[in-house]
Amino acid sequence: MTFAVKPLLLVAVLALAACNNPDRYGAAGAGGLGGPGGPGGAGGIDTTGLGNPNDPTSIAFFNQTVGDRVLFAVDERTLTDDDRRVLAAQAQWLLANPAYAAIIEGHADEQGTREYNLGLGASRAAAVQNFLISQGVPANRLRTISYGKERPIKLCSDESCWSVNRRAVTVLSVGAGV
Amino acid sequence: MMSTRETPVWQLLLALLLFLLAPGPALAQEPPRIVIGPGTVEVMPIAVAPFIDEGGAGDYAREITRVVVSNLEGTGFFRNISEEAYISRITSFDGAIAFADWKAINVQVLVTGAVSVAGDRITVKFRAFDVFNGQVLEGAALQFAGTTQSWRRMAHKVSDAVYSTITAEGGYFDSRVVFVSESGPKDARLKRLAVMDYDGANVAYLTDSAALVLAPRFSPTGDRIIFTSYETGFPRITLMDMATLERWTLSDVPGTMTFAPRFSPDGDTVVFSLEQGGNTDIYAMSLSSGRLTQLTNAPSIETAPSFSPDGTQIVFESDRTGSQEIYVMPASGGEGTRISRGEGRYGTPVWSPRGDLIAFTKQHAGRFHIGVMRSDGSEERLLTASFLDEGPTWAPNGRVLMFTRETAGEAGQNALWSVDITGRNLRRVPTEGPASDPAWSPLLP
Repeated sequence: MTFAVKPLLLVAVLALAACNNPDRYGAAGAGGLGGPGGPGGAGGIDTTGLGNPNDPTSIAFFNQTVGDRVLFAVDERTLTDDDRRVLAAQAQWLLANPAYAAIIEGHADEQGTREYNLGLGASRAAAVQNFLISQGVPANRLRTISYGKERPIKLCSDESCWSVNRRAVTVLSVGAGV
Repeated sequence: MMSTRETPVWQLLLALLLFLLAPGPALAQEPPRIVIGPGTVEVMPIAVAPFIDEGGAGDYAREITRVVVSNLEGTGFFRNISEEAYISRITSFDGAIAFADWKAINVQVLVTGAVSVAGDRITVKFRAFDVFNGQVLEGAALQFAGTTQSWRRMAHKVSDAVYSTITAEGGYFDSRVVFVSESGPKDARLKRLAVMDYDGANVAYLTDSAALVLAPRFSPTGDRIIFTSYETGFPRITLMDMATLERWTLSDVPGTMTFAPRFSPDGDTVVFSLEQGGNTDIYAMSLSSGRLTQLTNAPSIETAPSFSPDGTQIVFESDRTGSQEIYVMPASGGEGTRISRGEGRYGTPVWSPRGDLIAFTKQHAGRFHIGVMRSDGSEERLLTASFLDEGPTWAPNGRVLMFTRETAGEAGQNALWSVDITGRNLRRVPTEGPASDPAWSPLLP
C-alpha cells in the first residue's frame, strides 16, 4: 500500500469575521478609480414638505392633480398620447414653478431579469425626460434614475399589479439644477 | 461432528477457467469513477468513517466528518453508508483495514481521517480507499494544517480531494459565495452584501442595508468584489477589498448610470453597462489605466456582459431584435454574433470557467428557466423551471450552477438554489433569510 502525505499549509486569510459596520469611506483608489465611496444616505434625493394639495404650487398638487407618473405596456418604453398629455401638464407645472427640480424614476415589473429591467427603467425615465425637455423644461432641472424591478408599488404577481409597477415617476425636490 | 463436502469437479474447473481469464494475478478492477454528464448516474455508496481524534480534537473531528459527508452527499453522486451498518470500525488512522468488512456492506470508497489540535492549530489528514482493490486512491491521501477557525475549510479540502479523485473534475467545496441578503417586504426591500461558504455556512455581512446593492461578482483571485450600489443615490459600480472591506467607486461620467459589472479573467478590466440618455451599452474600463472603451453602440439595451475564460470574447444580452437574445463579440467590442436560437427571451449569460458552456436565464410562456448552451449556441438544455429563476453563477469547476429563485405573490421572496449542469440535484442553499444574486468565488488557494 502506497501512502504519501502531502503537507499543505492553509494560509487562512479568512478575514471576514462578521462585520456589520464596515468602513464606509474607503481610501481613495488608484488610477482609474474615483474617490472614496461617497457618503451614505439619500444622496441626490431631498425631502420636502408636500404642502397643501389645494395649493397649485405644492408638490401634493403636482402629484395628485397634475399626475406624477405615466405607465407603460409590457417591455415598452414609448409614450402614448395620454402619457404626453400628463407630461405636458408636468412640463407646464415645472415651468411655472422654477424653484423645483425633478428626478424621474424609471421602473419595471418583476417579469424580467434584473439587469435588463435596469436598462428598461432607464429607457422609460429617459422617454419622460426627453419629452419634458421638448416642452421647454431646462435639462439641468431633470435627472433620471432606474430602479429596474427593485421598487414595485403593488406586490401581487399578476397584471393588475404589474401594470402599475411599469412606471416612470417624476419626483420633485426643491432646488433648481440637480 | 463436522462434515466436509466434496467440491464438485465442475466448480473447480470453473474456478480455474475464471483464474485463467482474469487479466492479472489479482482480480484488479478500475478505480471507482463517476462521470458527470448526460445520462443516468448511479449513486456511489461510500463510507466516511468518523475521523479519529489524535489529540485535542474534541468536537472538530466529528464536525469535520459531518461536513465531509454533507459535501459529498450534497453532490447527489454519493450515498454515505451510516455507522450502524459498519461491520468493523476504524479505530486508528494507520491501522490495518479489513476491506472485506467494507466490501460486505457494499462500500466502494472508504474515507478515513484523523484530526489533532494544538493551541489554535489544527491538522487534518485523510485517505480515501478503493475498497475493492484495497488501495489508496491516487491523490487522495493528504494532510492539511491551519488555524482552528479554518476547520470548515479543512473539511472542504478533504471533500474536494475525494470528489476530484472520483469524478476527475476539479473540486468546488472550498469556495465562497457572495450574495445579496434581503429583508423587508417586496416594495421596501432592504438589501446588503454578504459572503458565505458555498454551502451557506460562515456568513459574514459586508455592507449595511442603508443603500440598495445589486449583483456582486468576485475578482478572478477572489480578493475583491464588484457590484452595483445606490449609495450615492444613483446606481454606480463599486469595488470592495474583501480583506479590508474598503470600497471605491468607478469614476463615472456625469448624468450616466452604470451597472452589471464583471471582471476580466486577468482582473485588470471591468466590463459593465453604461446608460446615457436612456440608452444602455457595454463599456470596458481598465482598472490600472482608467481608460474607458465603448464596446457596443446600438440604440437597444446591451447588458450583462461576461468574459470567456481566455479573455478573448464577451458574451452579453441585447434586445436589438425586439427581444432579449444572447450574443458573443470579441473582447475589443463589435456587433456580436447572436447565439440564442430558441423561443422566448434569453438574458444574464455567464461563460463557464471551463469555457465549454454558457449559462443563461430564459423566459418563455410565463416561466423562467436556468439553462446552458455551448458557446456557439448549440445543445441548449433547460435545467430548471419556476415562476422566476434568474442569474446563474458557475461553481469553480464548471459543473454546478447557483441562481436566484423568487416565489410569486405579495409575500414572494428570493432564495438561493443550486443545480448541476445535467439538471440533477436541484437544491435550496440554506441562508438565514431571503437572498439573491449569488456569485461563486474561484476555488480558494
